[in-house]
Amino acid sequence: MTETFTADEMMSVAAARSLTNGSACFVGIGLPSTAANLARRTHAPELVLIYESGTLGAKPDRLPLSIGDGVLADTADSVVSVPEIFNYWLQPGRIDFGFLGGAQIDKFGNINSTVIGGDYADPKVRLPGAGGAPEIAASCREVLVVMRQSTRSFVESVDFVSSVGYGAGKGDRERLGLRGRGPVKVITDLGIMEPDPETCELTLTHLSPGADVEQVRAATGWDLKVVAEPAVQEAPSDTELRVLRELKATIEGDKA
Amino acid sequence: MARILTLSEAIAELVADGDAIALEGFTHLIPVAAGREIIRQGKRELTLCRMTPDIVYDQLIGAGCARKLVFSWGGNPGVGSLHRFRDAVQHSWPRPLEIEEHSHAGMANRYAAGASGLPFAILRGYTGTDLPAQTDSIKTVTCPFTGEELAAVPALNPDVGIVHAQQADREGNVQMWGITGVQKETVLASKRSLVTVEEIVDELTPRPGSVVLPNWAVTAVAEVPGGAHPSYAQGYSERDNAYYQKWDAISRDRAEFESWLDGEGLAERSAR
Repeated sequence: MTETFTADEMMSVAAARSLTNGSACFVGIGLPSTAANLARRTHAPELVLIYESGTLGAKPDRLPLSIGDGVLADTADSVVSVPEIFNYWLQPGRIDFGFLGGAQIDKFGNINSTVIGGDYADPKVRLPGAGGAPEIAASCREVLVVMRQSTRSFVESVDFVSSVGYGAGKGDRERLGLRGRGPVKVITDLGIMEPDPETCELTLTHLSPGADVEQVRAATGWDLKVVAEPAVQEAPSDTELRVLRELKATIEGDKA
Repeated sequence: MARILTLSEAIAELVADGDAIALEGFTHLIPVAAGREIIRQGKRELTLCRMTPDIVYDQLIGAGCARKLVFSWGGNPGVGSLHRFRDAVQHSWPRPLEIEEHSHAGMANRYAAGASGLPFAILRGYTGTDLPAQTDSIKTVTCPFTGEELAAVPALNPDVGIVHAQQADREGNVQMWGITGVQKETVLASKRSLVTVEEIVDELTPRPGSVVLPNWAVTAVAEVPGGAHPSYAQGYSERDNAYYQKWDAISRDRAEFESWLDGEGLAERSAR
């Protein structure tokens, strides 16, 4: 029998399962880092973790607390400068997966991590800013987005485009000259959305166990499209849950 | 050839009101003690450059030292927002803060162009985002060979570049290792530079993957053990994660922040 699990745990496990063994993944801190480290401890031991602080092939034995955590440098194949990470490794398209989050996302997968409120000069909320996201979204072969879902974060139109998903729809990435495929999956605590092959509009394809379509629609700020019969994701296995909880415990222990 | 100075001598001599300064460090080796000394000496009207302004820039902004911020990600890493930065942008407190915003790739390339003595850098970036519309420091150029449109960003050449490293020798040669971010580019791009170090040693022992800055490329070196706290110096200290979390509560409230300045002995000279 599978143990009980939270929606957040399902989200982390779903994100981890999206990463294939032997691929290279550009990892941000928080949910993406948790998912990538979980993947490396379960089905993808050869996953190459790349952090924007300059660590190539990091193999941390605990969850790093920041993208510049010493455990990343200690365990990496190589530590390079920040210009090198962006220019030599990210920009030419050598990296398979980019993992992004943000404050807002729209139905074409465009992400805002800059300002809330339409006036850039006089914002309602000033967010940290784009960081590495614009070029990660442009250059990785595929982008995975991990975000908790609510009508505040899943909006009809983002207040500021910090990184581009599919722009205004199909064909926009090609017109803009963006090289990667864009956000192939948006993984949330309620399910998974994927771009419609015809329109590139994010469409609900998978539900988390226990979530229903109405609940997901209610947490989405646009009229969400849903495939005919959304699949229900397989619940986390006992191993996935155990490894995930062990990982989380390493960070909580550190915070104490 | 780099001169060995005390921290307070170095800041007094190298940093002038109105300067563009860069205190760089990518989570690791952040020159926090140098930032505090800038507050203590009451420097004003500074343009602060840094890819990842964090706690020490929050303190400089809250203390009223900054006129402008040039950056690509402003947050408390692993914790959340920078509240003094937010208060300055959203409510002009303690004074308005002009911002010039980039992506990490843009900032890294601006330093690289600065270090290379070139007027600008090119990258395949920013396309389709709303960032170029907010600053005249992102434009496009056409590749003369292929016709491809690329982003162009101007070189960043701060008046003063300040970084922290593990070691220097008595001649002022510097060695740093672990995550070294854009520190080399910052020192080489800046008109004047200061490296604070954990320790001055008789002789530098070469380490794999280390960055060496020869003494003729550095203006001044100051020995400041623990000068990166609450960030860390690989081989010397661990990151003080509890401090980053505590900063969230201290910085959230103006009065709380001011009593922190007071308690640190920084309030007098930084009186706004």
